[in-house]
Amino acid sequence: MALETDSSNNLVTVRDLHYAIGSRVIYKGVDIDIARGRITAIMGPSGTGKTTLLRLISGQWKAQSGTVDFDGQRIAKLSQAKLFGLRKRMGMLFQSGALLTDLSVYDNVAFPLREHTRLPERLIRDIVLMKLEAVGLRGARGLFPAQLSGGMARRVALARAIALDPEMIMYDEPFAGQDPISMGVLLRLIRRLNDVLGLTSIVVSHDVKETLGIADYVYVISDGEVVDHGTPDDIRHSKSDWVQQFIHASADGPVPFHYAGSAYATDLLGARSA
Amino acid sequence: MSNTGQIFMRTFGWLGELGRSAIFLARVLAALPRLVTKPRLLIEQIYSVGVLSLLIVVVAGVFVGMVLALSGYRALADFGAENALGTSVALVVVRELGPVVTGLLFAGRAGSALAAEIGLMKATDQLSGMEMMAVDPIRRIVAPRFLAGLIAMPLLTSIFCVMAIGAGGGYFVGVDVLGVDASAYWNGIQSSVEFDRDIANIFIKSGVFGAIITWVAVFQGYYAPPTSEGVSRATTNTVVIASLALLAANLMLTAVMFSN
Repeated sequence: MALETDSSNNLVTVRDLHYAIGSRVIYKGVDIDIARGRITAIMGPSGTGKTTLLRLISGQWKAQSGTVDFDGQRIAKLSQAKLFGLRKRMGMLFQSGALLTDLSVYDNVAFPLREHTRLPERLIRDIVLMKLEAVGLRGARGLFPAQLSGGMARRVALARAIALDPEMIMYDEPFAGQDPISMGVLLRLIRRLNDVLGLTSIVVSHDVKETLGIADYVYVISDGEVVDHGTPDDIRHSKSDWVQQFIHASADGPVPFHYAGSAYATDLLGARSA
Repeated sequence: MSNTGQIFMRTFGWLGELGRSAIFLARVLAALPRLVTKPRLLIEQIYSVGVLSLLIVVVAGVFVGMVLALSGYRALADFGAENALGTSVALVVVRELGPVVTGLLFAGRAGSALAAEIGLMKATDQLSGMEMMAVDPIRRIVAPRFLAGLIAMPLLTSIFCVMAIGAGGGYFVGVDVLGVDASAYWNGIQSSVEFDRDIANIFIKSGVFGAIITWVAVFQGYYAPPTSEGVSRATTNTVVIASLALLAANLMLTAVMFSN
């Protein structure tokens, strides 16, 4: 599929990506560009491989064929040391938050700083408090992950993700299971952090309204392929029946209500005769 | 698939798993020198796998020592050799039961906890989160736990032996309850237990057992499927595989160390 974005401005370039887990094909030749300084949303139904895409971009998993480039470097060909070097330029917000449960909020945010810098503890403290202030949780620094709500845990994870001032942040289903207030806070944070810190953001989500509300560019993925892509307005007015069913949450359409199987009558009569 | 084919596939699968665990061990060993810069991680894990296993080891040592003294006394009394009770208890504990029973207890208490902890960290994306922060989980999580097990096992075994032979266990039953002469009990131990043969045996065997148990535990946890069933199976596998591997290793070590 031809892409319309300016290729020189892309931080991440995915080309002809093929990926399968066992016999289950996840991607069959997708092309995706992530432009610098923008929020790019990857949307699609559950189980379509959105999180897999983030793991492929971050080099946690390797594609069977095709390429994933980050700032001109081919992810699959990097040694572990170089890959880890590259990951210091990325942050990732996991769906679960992925906070270290034996560390406090403060220590979780300080963790990457202590691992990768030789900053004095006083300076680390200042940075941690600044990051926690940015997500509104400076006052919760003494709490442990088990004491946080789902929304708070994601905000702490966000503070940790920006601790090393990365160039790009990947958000994996940031709105899943959030109450309206937490969702509003996260939406505002994602947009504000992207603009104020000059980040590049990838938001993986199936929350249509929220994601179209903050994204600059959207890819809609289904069945291993990019179904459509464009600005949020382009997606809202997409001519694809599948996209229309997806964004309007219709129960039936190109994606059938019933999972494929034998005819209903055959099943019932077959059971009776058996 | 035919039965022969199934046996072949299963054997092939086991060999593959063994190879994967060997590569994993090599990665853990390569990460050990970096612990020098983070001694706190190691100390925390020694506390977790060692100090927290102390109670069960002490209690088990006392009971095992008591049982050995009771049953040994009956057998020795038939030959009028009650005064050899100290020798009997000490040699059995130091050469065999000390390292083996401590190892089995360690596999049940610390090994299962290690596998469950690492498996749950994987299931809750904590390991992936570390990788995304450019922190190698093998260096940060696995290596300190492996080395802690290696250090804790010989210490726990020593404590087990002291408890089994000494005042709380064999000595109490033999001397205080059954009336064996105290000096004969201690003299028997002193004259029969050799430092370079028996005491060294404690440290060699328990060091090997510690390495086997923690290797199995961290491997099972690290590669556990990230589901509740996966973590549960990893925990069970750790106890079963580590216990059997420990018994097999004990046979080999005993054959080598006490052969003429």
